[in-house]
Formats: sequence, structure tokens, C-alpha cells
Amino acid sequence: MYNQTEIIKDTSELGADGELVINMGPQHPATHGVLHLVVTLNGETIKKIEPHLGYIHRSIEKMCESLTYRQFIYVTSRMDYLSSHINNLGCALLIEKGMQIEVPDRAKYIRVILSELTRIASHELWLGAMAMDLGAFTPFFYAFREREMITDIMEDTCGARLTMNYIVPGGLMYDLHPDFQKKVKAFITQFKSKVTEYEDLVTNNIIFQSRTKGVGILSAEDAISYGCTGPVARASGVSCDIRKIYPYEVYDKVEFDEVLETAGDSFARYMVRVKEMNQSIRIIEQLIDNIPEGDFVGKTKNVLKLPKGEFYTRVETARGEFGVYIVSEGGTTPHRIKFRSPGFSNLSVLNHIAVGGMIGDLMASMGTLDLVIPDIDR
Amino acid sequence: MFSLEGITTNVQDWLLMKFNPTMALTIECVIVILLSISLFALLGLVLVLMERKVAAHIQIRLGPNRVGPGGMFQTVADTLKLIMKEGLVPDKADKFLFNLAPFVVMMVGMLLLAPIAFAKNFQIWDINIGVLYISSVSSLSVIGILMAGWASNNKYSLLGAMRSGAQIVSYELSAGFAVLTIVVLTGSLQLSEIVNAQQNGWWIFKGHIPAVIAFVLYIIAVTAETNRAPFDLAEAESELTAGFHTEYSGMRFALFFLAEYINIFIVCAIGATLFFGGWMPLHIGNWEAFNHIMDYIPSSVWFMGKTFFLIFLIMWFRWTFPRLRVDQLLNLEWKYLLPISLFNLLLVAVIAILGWHF
Repeated sequence: MYNQTEIIKDTSELGADGELVINMGPQHPATHGVLHLVVTLNGETIKKIEPHLGYIHRSIEKMCESLTYRQFIYVTSRMDYLSSHINNLGCALLIEKGMQIEVPDRAKYIRVILSELTRIASHELWLGAMAMDLGAFTPFFYAFREREMITDIMEDTCGARLTMNYIVPGGLMYDLHPDFQKKVKAFITQFKSKVTEYEDLVTNNIIFQSRTKGVGILSAEDAISYGCTGPVARASGVSCDIRKIYPYEVYDKVEFDEVLETAGDSFARYMVRVKEMNQSIRIIEQLIDNIPEGDFVGKTKNVLKLPKGEFYTRVETARGEFGVYIVSEGGTTPHRIKFRSPGFSNLSVLNHIAVGGMIGDLMASMGTLDLVIPDIDR
Repeated sequence: MFSLEGITTNVQDWLLMKFNPTMALTIECVIVILLSISLFALLGLVLVLMERKVAAHIQIRLGPNRVGPGGMFQTVADTLKLIMKEGLVPDKADKFLFNLAPFVVMMVGMLLLAPIAFAKNFQIWDINIGVLYISSVSSLSVIGILMAGWASNNKYSLLGAMRSGAQIVSYELSAGFAVLTIVVLTGSLQLSEIVNAQQNGWWIFKGHIPAVIAFVLYIIAVTAETNRAPFDLAEAESELTAGFHTEYSGMRFALFFLAEYINIFIVCAIGATLFFGGWMPLHIGNWEAFNHIMDYIPSSVWFMGKTFFLIFLIMWFRWTFPRLRVDQLLNLEWKYLLPISLFNLLLVAVIAILGWHF
């Protein structure tokens, strides 16, 4: 790791052969957070990209080790804040698996519906932010119009718009809002009627296509060797959807397709996410009318203690595979906890796919990797 | 009342009656300078507000609506804020050039106001090489931008300035050729004669398809020349933070900002003059009654209406399209627009020689 003086010394002078070293970030409009890229340029062509992390490190893993199994779930909302519900779900699944807690069906259905809503909200935000990286401002507002409906639903149901904290080990914190089904259906109708606007404004735009097609190509082998997951890997043709491979909750009962593209370029990554939103809508449509009656939370002990041993679960967040690994000594808090965040592996591929391109290509590549910096830094 | 027709001659007659010719000319110069400065400020305020309102309606928002009725004084408040802000000059910047650059860009905008015919007989300087004057002066603005980028001592600024230099120099060719098609059709470089030639129909209707092609080329080229999206690479926000004016703040930044809008106004005014007949009302063939009614609309309203329509078009581009990449931008100009405009000019020359236009 660099210390501050080294960074300044490194970048304040011209590199060899007329190379220009430029600091993008930690405050830069395109890094969406406090990511710091040290980019070596030759004219407009990128020679090397070095991501520097640590600007938003909050030592969440260490923090979780001093919190009980009920408490630590809510810290994980602050990691990938756009998939906070799914992060919570991953942790809750681990505890339920470790302690063999029965979760009522009602809770399972609601968890999946909310997961998919979270995924759509995350992809909507990504769509707007990525279009903005490419210089189009308007799609941002169109995407946020639909995202706003989801955050309203979340506010009704969970009391929060971004960090939901709705899941407890064994089920849900409280029951659904009475308007939930009505509002979700209204959202589905709205989304389906408005999705053509994205097609017109972004997907079929010739400038957008020329900016993304053939840019930042990631081959399937590289995607596997860098550990990429989620839409980034699926755009390269790697089948890695945890919901299909290791179905959790009720994903084995619903019909949906794993979206795969083969090109591996920025446009393929874009298409995977747009199609995934439609698949999420498909999942919600199958579940929303069939939420079973019953308890929303299962019976648990007052003090949760994981048995001695090592536990691992994984879930599919909007960005890829999110893994939770806990070593338990049998106490009320985890002995050691480790999160496998999808963003970290996806970021590591940036240097590989963006070198040789132009600065404009870097924005397309970085935008379609869908980086959430607090998820990478933790 | 809005035709402004007799005002200039009345003012001149009155001045000549009261003073000797030299004095009268001096006073006229002062009046013109004051008018163009106030027009500069006024247009900036109006166009910034218009941009924000247009953007808001395209983006399903309301836009500024708090300061004054319908947010009318928002830009006034913004300007006040910018005037009162500290104008930082970065350490190690070339202070002289850094301070000079915004004024160079602004001066270019003001100089370009001179030959524009705002209404019938309402023109600061009806120079006989008007079109040549416009194309040569407008190419000076790149100097100001390069100056700003170099003097800031900032890598983002430098990259932005270099992009801007390549872009403006390239796209001037297409804009120039598009303008030349109309010059070929009219046979004059004087703007007042170009307007007068469109008395019985605007060039975009009279000049057949080549005039339409020239208009499209012109709009694309001037969008690039004024550094507007989708060609806003010089200040590409997501790539270069703010490009050539990254280090500028306060009123110096505001001058760049105003100059951008003045340049948009000027290129649209010239576009309206060349292709849509300037202040000429819309006349259709033998429809006497219709033509007569159209004549009642004052010429300044015609001119402003056409200009603001073109400005709206350019704003519409900005809020719809993503940005091009720098190599795509240059490919577009050198591989597509330039050959097309050359061929188009040839076609127009043939039409003009054979007298095929109306």
C-alpha cells in the first residue's frame, strides 16, 4: 500500500516516454464513490490502471466480530448499500443453516420478492449512472422514476428506503404493509410500460452502441480466472447464477432464465442487466399473488449461538456472488467473519479490460462493471 | 413597435444634427458597445434559464421554480453568487494567461454579434464580407480555450484543451462548407444580401435537398464547435471533471459559461439567417393574404423565433444523446461530414450555375 507522500511523488511528475499519470478520484464524477484510480496515459490511450482502495474502509468484518448474531446482520446493509436486503438475507441464511432454524413459507416468499425488487432498484440506479458516465443525463431521471416506486414500497414495508434491515434470523422483523401487493402490481405495470423508453433512449441509440460495443472485452476464461461473478461474468458467457446453481429460499419453485450473453463487451454487460430486470419482474409476478398466510417469523431462541465450526453461504446480489464465511467458537458472537464481495473481484478486472482503450472507453468499462465502492472496501 | 426598423436611422439623424460627424460616430460606438454588453448579459441569463427549463421538461422535472415567478430570477441569483465568490488562481498557474483566457473567449462572442441582422435595418455592422468575418472570428475562440487549458497547470484541463483544439479546428471545415453552399446560392458574402435573397422563400425550401443537407451538416458542425453534447468532449464531466475550465471559479468560470451560451446564440442566429431567411417572414408562393398576414409579424420576432427554435434543437440534442469518444468524433468529421459537405458544395454549385433553384 502506498503512503500519501509516495502517491504524490508518483503522480506529480511525467512518467517515462511522455506518459501522463493522472489521478482519477477519490473525488471524481465517474468513480461513483471514493475509488482512486491512478491512470497512466499516453495521449488519450490508457497504459495502466492502478486502483487504490481504503478511502471508505470501516472495518466492517472486525466490527461484526464484536456484535451478536442478531446484530451483525444490519451492519452488512452498509456494504453494498444497493443490495442491502440481499446482503442481510445472506447473513440470515447462514445463521438459519447453522442453527437449523425453520423459516415459515410466508417469510421465504416475501424475502424473495423483496430481493428481486432490490435487484431491479439496483439495476435501475446502475442504468442511470452508467448512461451519465457516457454523457447522457436524461436516462438517469427516467431510471430514478421507476426506482422511486420501489423505494416507496421499501419505505412502506421496511421503514427504510436504502438500508432495509428487514430480515431477522428465522424470518422477518414484522409483517407486510397491507398495500404491499397493490403497490408492487402497480410498479410492475408501470415498469413494463416504461421499459420501452430505455430501449429508445439508450439501447437503440447509435452513439451508445458505438461507445459500448467491442469496448472492454472480457473473455470467459479471464472472467473465471479473475473470479468475476454476476452480470459481469454472465456477459462473458459464464453461467454463475447462484439462484440457479444453488437455489435458496423459493428460487427452485419459480421459473426464470439465467441471462447469458457471449460477447463479453460493455454492451453485453449492459444487455444482461436490462434483461435481468425483466426476469426479476417475471419472478415477482409468479410470487406476488401466492404469498402464503401464516407466521412471518419462525421460533428462535432468545440468544443465538452458532455451534462450533465453519459456515459458508452464498447469495446472488445485484452485482454477483456474495459469500458469508463465519468461524464460530460456539459463543454469542462470530469468532472470525469474512465477506466475499462481488465488487472486489469485478474491480480487479478493470486494468485487464480497459488498457489499450481510451479515456472514454474506461468510463464505459467501469460503468458496466457496476462498482459500489463501500462493497469493495468494506 | 418590435420591428426596430426606423430606430437606427432616427438615432443617427438626431446625432448628426446635434454633433459633428466624428463625435456622432464616437457616441454611436459607445451606444453599440453598451448595447452589446447588455445583450451579452441578458442573453446569458435568458439562455441559461431556458436550458434549465428545457432540460427539466425533458427529464420529467420542474426545473428552477423558487426565485421569482416560475424561477425567472434563478440565473440572476446564480450570477450574483458567482460574482461574490472568490476567484481562485491555482498555485503554479500561468497567472497572466489564466486571467486572460475567459476574456478572450468572451471577446470572440461579442465580436460575433456585430454582423448579425437582428431585425430589418437593425444591424451593428453590415460588413460586405460578413460570412468570412464570422467564420474567421469564431475560430479564435479555440485560442482562449487552449490558453485556459494550458495556463491552469492541471492535467484534466490540458487534456480537455487538446481535445477541444482538435475538435473545433476539424469541425470548422464542415461548418464553413455548409455556409459556403448558401454563399454560392446567393452569390454574396454580405449577410443583409443573403437575407434579401430569401424574400420569396427561405433557402432551406428554395435550395432543394442540398440546402437541407447543408443545414443538417451545419447544425452538427456548430454543435461540435460550441462544445455542446454530444460533442462536449472538452468538458466531458465524467471523464475530465470539467475539462478546460476545471480550475476556474467565480466570475471567471461564469464568463466561460456565458460565452458558451452566447456562442450558441450566435451560431443559431447565423443558421437562422442563412437557412431560414433571418428576419424575413414566411412567404408561400402566391398566397397573397397569407403573405400579407405574415408581414404584420415584426421582423425581430421572426428572427428571434427562428433563432430560439434552433437553440431549442441544440438543447434537445444535449439532453438526449450520450457523448462520443474522441476518435469517433474525429472519424465522424474527417470520414463522413467533410466528404459529404464537399460533394454537397459541388452539387450546389451545379444547381446555382444551371439556375435550378427557385
